[in-house]
Amino acid sequence: MLTLDRVTKTFRAGAFGGGSTTAVDRVSFSAAPGELVSLIGESGSGKSTIGRMVLGLTPVSSGSLTLDGERVRPGKDFYRRVQGVFQDPFSCYNPVFKADRVFALVRRAYHPGVGDTEWADRVERAVRDVRLDPGQVLGRYPHQLSGGQLQRLLIARALLLDPRFLVADEITSMLDASTRIDVLNLLAGLKDRGLGVLYITHDLSLGTYLAERTVVLRGGRVVERGDTQKVFGNPLHPYTRTLLAAVPRIGRPWTEAAPVDACAYHAGGAAGSGEDLHETEPDHFVACAHLPDCGRTRP
Amino acid sequence: MTLTVDDLRVHYRTLRGEVRALDGVSFGLADGEILGLAGESGCGKTTLGKSLIRLDGRMRHAGGTVTLDGDELPLADDRAMNAYRFHKISLVPQYSMSALNPTRRVGRMIRELLASRGVSVDTDELRRRLDLVGLAPDVLDRYPIELSGGMKQRTVMVISTLLDPSVLVADEVTSALDVSNQQAVVGALTGLRDKGLVTSMIFVTHDLGLTSHIADSIMVMYAGKLAEKAPTTVLTTAPRHPYTRMLIGSLPQVGARYKDKPLSGIEGSPPSLLNPPAGCRFRDRCPLADARCAEEPPAVEVAPRHTVACWKAA
Repeated sequence: MLTLDRVTKTFRAGAFGGGSTTAVDRVSFSAAPGELVSLIGESGSGKSTIGRMVLGLTPVSSGSLTLDGERVRPGKDFYRRVQGVFQDPFSCYNPVFKADRVFALVRRAYHPGVGDTEWADRVERAVRDVRLDPGQVLGRYPHQLSGGQLQRLLIARALLLDPRFLVADEITSMLDASTRIDVLNLLAGLKDRGLGVLYITHDLSLGTYLAERTVVLRGGRVVERGDTQKVFGNPLHPYTRTLLAAVPRIGRPWTEAAPVDACAYHAGGAAGSGEDLHETEPDHFVACAHLPDCGRTRP
Repeated sequence: MTLTVDDLRVHYRTLRGEVRALDGVSFGLADGEILGLAGESGCGKTTLGKSLIRLDGRMRHAGGTVTLDGDELPLADDRAMNAYRFHKISLVPQYSMSALNPTRRVGRMIRELLASRGVSVDTDELRRRLDLVGLAPDVLDRYPIELSGGMKQRTVMVISTLLDPSVLVADEVTSALDVSNQQAVVGALTGLRDKGLVTSMIFVTHDLGLTSHIADSIMVMYAGKLAEKAPTTVLTTAPRHPYTRMLIGSLPQVGARYKDKPLSGIEGSPPSLLNPPAGCRFRDRCPLADARCAEEPPAVEVAPRHTVACWKAA
């Protein structure tokens, strides 16, 4: 169980680090085992920063980020449980080594005691798990494999550690439409086997395809989150509506986003409660409709 | 017809032989038409766009002709092509960041570019065009690093169309942008066409959903050949080529859920174009393939403006 409670990340910016930029501002949500949570936002929304904090690649400025009740502490024990796959599969391989060297590196660091035959079995099983033919991909150089194959090998590498949680940061944005769906279906299968997934994307349709729950981010803050069907079936925040209206769909012209009649946050009487989000129905939270321009809702 | 491409073949020279990236493609681009060019990576769509502008050192014009406004383009002659580039046919590249000079303010860069072509700058006209794509005139006083990705892409669009070209090739211009910027860029492109600043346009993308919003007709390519070309509504609602059908079938729509109905991708990958197999190139991945597909299917016009290269489509 991954839990974020008012997680904030502030970067120093400007000459001599004088200024600061808040990339992630009091974000709270959780992801249970076997659950896929999609984190949706545009460039600069802080979605990748959240992914990096979950993986322990960037320290948290304030708030608490816990996995199964423990704080994120980067190290071997931690990375056995949490693994990440990133956007560009081509830059994750060393072009002068064969692609399956990523597996050998895992063996050296995490499973030095495993025998050759057993290790070969494990690799083969992991490669088959991501629906690749071991004979076709093992022993090849990165340039001999397609982007989809490389990306799936990286997922196989993450699975070799048998993690309980996977951070998938824009993993399909460099892939073709036809291979993209294979990788997504693969994630769905893994999720059904109990893996928790944080799926970071700017593509709404990909996010809604898999996710049980969705978090919509804007400028580092959560504008709306909850059950995917509630959030996109009945978007309450104007930003979610704009985002939804901007998605290109075949056979349907772009429409203007429907205006929001009343701010669900203030109408719900949450303004004085000190909460950043108002729960309008079970598992459907929305922020003030004027976010991020209305200023802090808390003193 | 603004542009007529007839049996165009462009090969890449490699150490192991010639890669037939574009292997006999024919189509026409009508006045005012926006043609969407779609397909997987390696299908030849970018090669087609590039060969209309400039063949780089590895590319060889192996046959076929391209006619622009009645003149045959001297594709193989890099110098002779210079008379057409920017004036008659222009390009918006995929990565606008690498298209802009980082050491010049945008305004100065435009002045220098136009001076190199012997044209003077009409500042009012320039401002009007920036306004058309939704940019404030102060963009001219800024350095490229001060602009966002979407703004840079729109700036490049304005620069590319300054000389009112007949054909604009937009190569994957939206792939690095998020949805709201995509919408703005696509809106700006349509605006350029509607105002007559560009006669016709080729919009190259792998995103069929986005193409269907901007294009009048869509051409789907597979392994260096044309698979299907039809008006947008026909192609998206009644595609005839199995590849087009599978490509559309693999697109998740908003609201589609894995739990309700898992979508399926296309098994396998396109064939190597180093020694492409004889017959239909989609044969190995096609669920409908039979013995006849060992013979190459011709591109046949099955309905007005609807061309399909498949034995099963007729």
